[in-house]
Amino acid sequence: MNKLLAEEIYYYMVLGREFEYAAKEHYMKGNISGFLHLDIGQEALSVASMKAFDKGDVFTTYREHVMAIARGMDPKVVMAELFGKVTGVSRGKGGSMHLFDPSRFFYGGDAIVGGQIPNAVGCAYARRYQGKEDGVMVVFGDGATNGGAFFESLNIASAWKLPIIFLCENNRYAIGTEITRVSPFLEQSRKAKPYMPSFVIDGMDALEVYEAVSKAKEHVLNGHGPIFIEAMTCRYEGHSMSDAGDYRSPQEMRICKEKDPVKRLEKTLLDRFSSQETLLESLRNRAVKAVEEAVEFAANSEEPDLSELYRDLFCKECGNVVS
Amino acid sequence: MLYREALNMAIDEMMAKDENVVILGEDVGRYGGSYRVTEGLVAKYGEKRVIDTPIAELSIVGNAVGMAMGGLRPIAEIMTANFSLLAFDQIINHMAKLRYMSAGKITLAMVVRMPGGVSRQLAAQHSESYEQMLSAVPGLIVFAASDVNYAYHALKKAILMDDPVIFLEHELLYNKEGEVNFDEDLDPFKARVVKEGDGITIVSYLKMVDDVMEAVGEIEDGLKTSVEVIDLCSLNPIDFKTLSSSIKKTGRLVVVEEDHKTGGYGASIVSFASEELFYELDAPPLRIASKDVPIPYNRRLELEVIPTPRKIAKRVMEWGVENGL
Repeated sequence: MNKLLAEEIYYYMVLGREFEYAAKEHYMKGNISGFLHLDIGQEALSVASMKAFDKGDVFTTYREHVMAIARGMDPKVVMAELFGKVTGVSRGKGGSMHLFDPSRFFYGGDAIVGGQIPNAVGCAYARRYQGKEDGVMVVFGDGATNGGAFFESLNIASAWKLPIIFLCENNRYAIGTEITRVSPFLEQSRKAKPYMPSFVIDGMDALEVYEAVSKAKEHVLNGHGPIFIEAMTCRYEGHSMSDAGDYRSPQEMRICKEKDPVKRLEKTLLDRFSSQETLLESLRNRAVKAVEEAVEFAANSEEPDLSELYRDLFCKECGNVVS
Repeated sequence: MLYREALNMAIDEMMAKDENVVILGEDVGRYGGSYRVTEGLVAKYGEKRVIDTPIAELSIVGNAVGMAMGGLRPIAEIMTANFSLLAFDQIINHMAKLRYMSAGKITLAMVVRMPGGVSRQLAAQHSESYEQMLSAVPGLIVFAASDVNYAYHALKKAILMDDPVIFLEHELLYNKEGEVNFDEDLDPFKARVVKEGDGITIVSYLKMVDDVMEAVGEIEDGLKTSVEVIDLCSLNPIDFKTLSSSIKKTGRLVVVEEDHKTGGYGASIVSFASEELFYELDAPPLRIASKDVPIPYNRRLELEVIPTPRKIAKRVMEWGVENGL
């Protein structure tokens, strides 16, 4: 990890956090509706994983704003999508949970828990078939590891030695149910052990996430088949805006926040990389400004016209037949 | 040529033309396909393109979606439509919606093939085809192949399309004989007028088209009228144009389906006629469908549940007499 990259990761983490606070604010103001899943607390995982796995295809969940931005999507089009505007990355038809940008190899944005995992496995098959070497990374929460899609995918990825990284964000809660109440153990990577190498990392430490994903990428690119990373993390907010998250004690949340990934990386930058405090401050200011601009862009954008309704249901030639 | 051979030829030709076309499913490779549709393909195209999967329908469709997202043109085979229920999340939430949710950024050029319907004494868990559910999902194109020519042309067109297609086959049709008109440029969205007539329009699809055709002679003799038989072919979108012109001509509509009556597919056809063509109708529309019970194993009971040529003829004649024919 070099200093420049660490500073870049720091910038995107701050940007991500500012973005999520702004999203929260505008949800409460009524500018954003539906389900909004905030990533605050998990930024190390979201940003460092994307920066380490910079070329391959990414499939992820509905808690994906920060990953999308770290992948290079403009915060403006992401915020506009949250506002449901036609300038949004999915023209206001996807919303917060459905951000896609195949030009950046970002395939959503899936809101069926575990539903994206078989898609990622299929894409990994396609990539190997096409002779593309970058592989696929699929991100999912601890809650997804109890479903059939997850187990089927471990089995197939392993049987066919597919180039895929399974990245489990273990924040210990499937909405409001603590993982150990519905799974025999806390560490979900134990489920992957019979199928592929797996390891547990501290998902609150950006540098550790970066190193782990880089290592996993090398494993996959060298043709060693799938690999499993479980990143222990912590979401500060509820599952979505409609969840206050009060099933967790204040003490538990305090311990969580003591490991705050943004502060932690800031300290590492100052102590280990001798970054200039003035530089970090300018990065923070830049992030705040980018988010302000994103909100302004979203607020000033148009609603989708009603003619958008049937657009993109089918490709053009079929769409003509259908309508 | 047999129906299954026509399907095989369609897949074979498309695989030869485009190396992005792959086929995956249980036993499609070395075994040759449960109904021999994929016979010989693995020898020709290898195991990377003819992919034997585990018995895991969610993944068969889910992986096909991912392959299509990655730029391939997969054909997923589900052994029977009954097992597609295990893949319904992938079919409905992913295959049908990804294009729309991504504002057209994701293109899914894929086909999911599945045979279904009542075969012979396969009992409740192997005898359905769920066309009513699959056709109720915006974002999916649903084709139903009742004859050899349509099977060949429509499957080729489905593989060429940049949209997700559900391709319904029927277990009792695989060994049906027929001709393929190789010079035809068939429009798979267009309903097929199987037989022309001007007294009654009978609309059907899949295997029931054959049963209707078997019943037609008796109906025409009994009611002294001529019957027009329409094979819907595309269950979604529906070719309302062909339907309208036939119903306007005959003024009488019968829908014959193997689906259960309550909530069954034919209800959409009758609903269309009632809403759009009410004043063209000389009689209330008639639906002949399977009874609302799971399909029983016993042959006598099984035949009691589904429409048969004899039952179709009898019911249509009763209805005709009741309505002044």
